[in-house]
Amino acid sequence: MNIDIQAEAITPRRQTFSHIARRFGVDKPASRYEEATYDVQPTANFHYRPTYSPEFELYDARRTRIVMKDWYVFKDPRQFYYATYNISRAAMQQSFDDAANFVEKRDLLASVDPDWSAIFAAYLLPLRHVEWAANMNCQLIADWGYGTQITSASAFCGADRLGIAQVISRIGLMLAQGGDTALVQAKSEWMDGATWQPLRRLVEDQLVVRDWFEVYVAQLIILDGYLYPLVTGAFDRAGAAHNGAPLSMITGFLADWFADNSRWTDAVIKTAAAESEANRAVLGEWIATWTARADEAVRPVATMVLGNHGDVAVDEAAARLRERLTGLGVFAQKAVAA
Amino acid sequence: MSRPVSISLQNSQDGFAIIEAIMADNPEAERKAFPAMTKIDCPGRLEIRADSVSERLGREWDPQEIHLSVISLSGTVDEDDGSFILFWR
Repeated sequence: MNIDIQAEAITPRRQTFSHIARRFGVDKPASRYEEATYDVQPTANFHYRPTYSPEFELYDARRTRIVMKDWYVFKDPRQFYYATYNISRAAMQQSFDDAANFVEKRDLLASVDPDWSAIFAAYLLPLRHVEWAANMNCQLIADWGYGTQITSASAFCGADRLGIAQVISRIGLMLAQGGDTALVQAKSEWMDGATWQPLRRLVEDQLVVRDWFEVYVAQLIILDGYLYPLVTGAFDRAGAAHNGAPLSMITGFLADWFADNSRWTDAVIKTAAAESEANRAVLGEWIATWTARADEAVRPVATMVLGNHGDVAVDEAAARLRERLTGLGVFAQKAVAA
Repeated sequence: MSRPVSISLQNSQDGFAIIEAIMADNPEAERKAFPAMTKIDCPGRLEIRADSVSERLGREWDPQEIHLSVISLSGTVDEDDGSFILFWR
C-alpha cells in the first residue's frame, strides 16, 4: 500500500483584524503590538454617562486640553504589549535580584561609610512614597486617557512604579538587617520631616490634577526628570567618596529604568507637540507650572544630601531637562490670556 | 543574472520584523509566502541589518538571534555585530 503524504497550503482569508487592516490600508500580518493597541478602545455608542462626571462620555477625548486628530499616533518605541513588557521587566527584576544577592552574600553594605549609609537611607527610602503616587498617577492616565496606545503604556508604567516602590522597600529592609526600622523612620521623615514637606505637597497636589495629560507632564516628564537624574547621578556620585559602590549596585537599575521609560515619554511629548501650535502652548504652560514646583520641591532634598553643592546639582538637572524638552519641540511658556 | 541567495524564516513576531527589514533594505528581494514560513530570494547578495530589525522590533536585536527564526538558508554567510549577509563567492 502506498501512502502519499502531501502538503496542502491553506491561504488564510484575512491576515489580521479588519480594523487593523483599515487603519494600515492593507491586509498584511500585523505585529502583536499593533493588534493589541490600535483602535482597541470603544469610541461610540456609549449608553450611560459616568455618574461621577456626567459632563463626559465614558471614554472622552475632552478630558484633556491636548487635542489630537488621531489619538493612535503615540506609538511606544518599545512596542510593549503583555508579553514584551513582562519579558523586559522580568530581566530588570532579575538584574536587581542578582545585584542584591551579590551585595548581601558578601555583606558589602557593612563596608559603606556608616554616615553615608544613613544619608542614603534618608534620601532613597522616602522616595517609595513618591513612587506609589506615581503609580496612582499612571493609573489615572490609564483610566481617563484616550486611546489604547497611551493608556496601556501608562498602565505598564504604573506597574513599574509599584515595582520600584517594592524594590526600594526591599533595600530598606536590607539596610535595617531585615527589620522595618529604616522604613518606619523614612515614613515619619516623609510625613513630618521639614526636608520632605515641599516634595510631599507637590506629590499630593499632583494626585488631584484632573487633566490626565497634565498629570503625564507633571509626573513623568517634570518630576521624574528632576528626581531620577539627581538620585542616580549626583547623589550616587557623591557616595563614591564614602565607599558607596555597593549602594550604586543595588540602585543601578533605576537609571536603566528611567532611560527605558524616557524613550516612551519622549516619543509621546514629541508627537503631541508636533500636532499643533495650541498643543505646544498648553504643554509649555504645564511645563512652566510644574518645573517651578519641582525645582523648589527637590532643593531641600539635594541640600540634605550634597550640602552646598545641592543647588548646583539641581541646576544641572534642570538644565538637562530643559535641553531634553527643547529637543522634543517644547519649552516652558506663560499661559496666554484667553 | 547572478545566482540567487535565499533565506526561509518562520512566520513569528521576530520573523516578521526580520522579513520586513530585509524587504526594505534589499530592493531586489522577492518574498514567497508558505504555510508558517516565508522564503526570500535575492539575486547575488542579501543583507540583514541589525538596526533595521531593531527599529521594527522596538528593542536591540543581535544578528545572532536570527538563528531562532531561520528555517533554512543558502549562500555564504558573513556575520558581524551590525549585519548578517548572504552572498555567493
